[in-house]
Amino acid sequence: MPTIDLRTSALRDLNRALHALAPDTNETRWIVENPDGRHAVAVGLDAAVSVEIDGHVGYYCAGMNKQASVVVNGNAGVGVAENMISGFVHVRGDASQAAGATAHGGMLLIDGNAGARCGISMKGVDILVKGSIGHMSAFMAQAGTLTVLGDAGEALGDSLYEARLYVRGSVTSLGADCIEKAMRDEHRAQLFARLEAAGLAGEVDAGEFRRYGSARSLYHFHVDNAGAY
Amino acid sequence: MAEHPPAPRTAPRLSATFTPEVMAEIRRAAATGIYDIRGAGAKRALPHLDDLLFLGASISRYPLEGYRERCGTEVVLGGRFASKPIHLKTPVTIAGMSFGSLSANAKEALGRGASLAGTSTTTGDGGMTPEERRHSRTLVYQYLPSRYGMNPDDLRRADAIEVVVGQGAKPGGGGMLLGQKITERVAGMRCLPPGIDQRSACRHPDWTGPDDLAIKIEELREITDWEKPIYVKVGASRPYYDTALAAKSGADVVVLDGMQGGTAATQDVFIEHVGIPTLAAIRPAVQALQDLGLHREVQLVVSGGIRSGADVAKVLALGADAVAIGTAALIALGDNDPRWQAEYEALGTTAGAYDDWHEGKDPAGITTQDPGLAARLDPELAGRRLANYLAVMTLEAQTIARACGKSHLHNLEPEDLVALTIEAAAMAQVPLAGTGWIPGREAPGNGPF
Ligand SMILES: Cc1cc2nc3c(=O)[nH]c(=O)nc-3n(C[C@H](O)[C@H](O)[C@H](O)COP(=O)(O)O)c2cc1C
Repeated sequence: MPTIDLRTSALRDLNRALHALAPDTNETRWIVENPDGRHAVAVGLDAAVSVEIDGHVGYYCAGMNKQASVVVNGNAGVGVAENMISGFVHVRGDASQAAGATAHGGMLLIDGNAGARCGISMKGVDILVKGSIGHMSAFMAQAGTLTVLGDAGEALGDSLYEARLYVRGSVTSLGADCIEKAMRDEHRAQLFARLEAAGLAGEVDAGEFRRYGSARSLYHFHVDNAGAY
Repeated sequence: MAEHPPAPRTAPRLSATFTPEVMAEIRRAAATGIYDIRGAGAKRALPHLDDLLFLGASISRYPLEGYRERCGTEVVLGGRFASKPIHLKTPVTIAGMSFGSLSANAKEALGRGASLAGTSTTTGDGGMTPEERRHSRTLVYQYLPSRYGMNPDDLRRADAIEVVVGQGAKPGGGGMLLGQKITERVAGMRCLPPGIDQRSACRHPDWTGPDDLAIKIEELREITDWEKPIYVKVGASRPYYDTALAAKSGADVVVLDGMQGGTAATQDVFIEHVGIPTLAAIRPAVQALQDLGLHREVQLVVSGGIRSGADVAKVLALGADAVAIGTAALIALGDNDPRWQAEYEALGTTAGAYDDWHEGKDPAGITTQDPGLAARLDPELAGRRLANYLAVMTLEAQTIARACGKSHLHNLEPEDLVALTIEAAAMAQVPLAGTGWIPGREAPGNGPF
């Protein structure tokens, strides 16, 4: 089990070593110590390995992740798991702005709160935040799910496309073209599956959530919508 | 009774302010309630590279022999931090144009032409297509605010990465691709429903400002093991500061796009009224690099209205390392060709003026996703035409450089240039022809030269 101490090893060497892993590598469990808020820790991974980071990370931790499972035992800075393609990223503390930005797939789990613009431009990822999320979350979100056990800040889902938003707590306000929608069986099943993936099956009741989605009224440019743009 | 001749009347006079075009636009706006969206770049007359001339060699300096004495054209981009910089045979590169705005055939043709000429081509908003990668020897992968189709495999497949902050046609604006062009394939690559009018964000979702940009560039370098050159593309508005901040943030290459630069679809008001001309942007950008001691270490690529080898030579003489072409490359492929005149007329326009690229009805089969129209463009033939055109531009630039006594295009310098107008002299910081006068500069010898 390789252990890398970022006080004594260069970040560049850590990322390089992780990139060099063969698909059938035996070194499937990595520990990173003393990240001390470093940016771009464990980025661009493309192997089914797990990386556990003991401490706080800076911007873009696990950026563009594929396959790997990355756990942060601490807080994460801006853009954690940005543009993730697949795999699993778990922040045990809080996450800053733009968590999961533009991510295409995989799952991002945040035990604490997430800041503004959580899930901005998301393209298929499943994000689950156990705490609350900040303003302008799911801005222009295209696909995937954003599940929030706590509250959502202002302008949730502004200019939303096809992503689905499930919020258990309060929503300060909805952004342009975002509306509350009926929870049908398919949505309850989807939400249940997400809760299950986060290890919350039986703990959290899917029936307590409300669903938000796109009214799809801004999908075509029209003069009568000018005020909304 | 003698008849009085009719009194002379005032001749009908059209307004220079309310021209027929202005009035037509007012009527169009009044009828539709929506602003005009179009492709291409600024169409109004602007101070441009045509306002500069070269001083050929004379008694005080001697020229190089055409064909026999070498005049180098090769350029290396990205050597500052990237372990695998890009080597090009000509400083004329192909600018980023998205699959979506252009057909797959057109993208393939750009790749083929650029590869034949030994230069690079660039992806665009919407991601990298396999056709494009296969046919481009050197491919620059754009990293845009929308992140449509952005994926780490393509990042690793690319030869360089271009972080797009802005475009000359619309500094501060995002992109748009109207529903007519969002086919299943285009929609799939962008993770959006087919047929909707699609906006691309104007700001990056996970960074703002130069400090964040530095961290973003570090991330991209870490993902690609510090191999790939990283470009930062800005639309020309504050070129001195943008160039300085991009260089300070760790860019290997700065791409500077002037307001004549083409676009696939933007509001006309944006194209014609935001940003500054290419000519006005180059010297401040070069100055920024010089002030940082990074001129030539960070390369400067200039685009926006580059049409000929003369334009290339002038841009390089002002201090750039390379140029990029968009519109001119499309014309070389066959865009706006008079052979389609009847069809242009049917669309209410004429060959040479067609700019409704967002509608997807391009008779030349370039700015379209319609399979029938797209099939009109033979990517091999069109690629050949582009390669020919690139070769001509390179030869033209060499011709001028040799006349100025330069053994490499990069040896051209501002001292080889004069300006035809006071505006151009002020913007390019070269003397007005026949004088020693550089407006805005206190020079001791401001007398006639
Ligand atoms: C059809 C078309 C599509 C374009 N798409 C993009 C794009 O996706 N990303 C980008 O940065 N610039 C885009 N541009 C701008 C070009 O990269 C370039 O800046 C410009 O065309 C240069 O000016 P020129 O057309 O006068 O040569 C596009 C331009 C055209 C004509």
